[in-house]
Amino acid sequence: MQQLQVLLFASYADAFGSGSVTVSVPEPATVADVVGALRSLPGGAVLPESPLVAVDRRYTPGVIAVHAGQEIAVIPPVAGG
Amino acid sequence: MIRTAIVSAAIDPAALLAEVTTDGTGATTLFLGTVRDVNEGRPVTGIEYSAYAAMASDELARIAQEAVERFDGVQLTVEHRIGTLGLQEISVAIAVAHARRNPALDASRFVIEELKRRVPIWKCEHYVDGTRQWIDPTASRDAQPAATT
Repeated sequence: MQQLQVLLFASYADAFGSGSVTVSVPEPATVADVVGALRSLPGGAVLPESPLVAVDRRYTPGVIAVHAGQEIAVIPPVAGG
Repeated sequence: MIRTAIVSAAIDPAALLAEVTTDGTGATTLFLGTVRDVNEGRPVTGIEYSAYAAMASDELARIAQEAVERFDGVQLTVEHRIGTLGLQEISVAIAVAHARRNPALDASRFVIEELKRRVPIWKCEHYVDGTRQWIDPTASRDAQPAATT
């Protein structure tokens, strides 16, 4: 298992009570594994099954592998403008 | 020229217009998104904009680059403000100039639509009754569009 830090924003940060959380996932792990681990934490019910995730500041599909050292963020529905 | 920025100070539309206008531009568009007083029937006192600032900057720059590739010859400046904004304050400004009007108009539309779809910025509306709510455009497709634009 590995520990990965995940950034949270807006309504997701409110739900988890923090702008970042650490999840424990298998190694190797995918974006979907990270989301699954997040959804099992307190506050995780706010997340849809496949929320938008950014890795190193780019939107990244669930099947893509992630590893420590990358900047992982779960993105609530955006509402700029 | 292309310039994009996430800013916390008030946006100056005249400065953006001056940036994109050259001797060779014959058409300039300015799009402004401003905070309005009612959203989905609820009186709004202001909006708190927050962002994943690093990615928002990158994504906005990518959108501007795509616009320049699609609409050859456009000059483009985009600023999106974050922080707490009151009614009528400008949240986003897009200035586009081109030799001709159609590329300027089309590029402006392209940038605002892509911005609203992709840039990680969120707004939390503050209401007259003291409550607040994060806006989720995906949850209100059948209702009014989200609060500013």
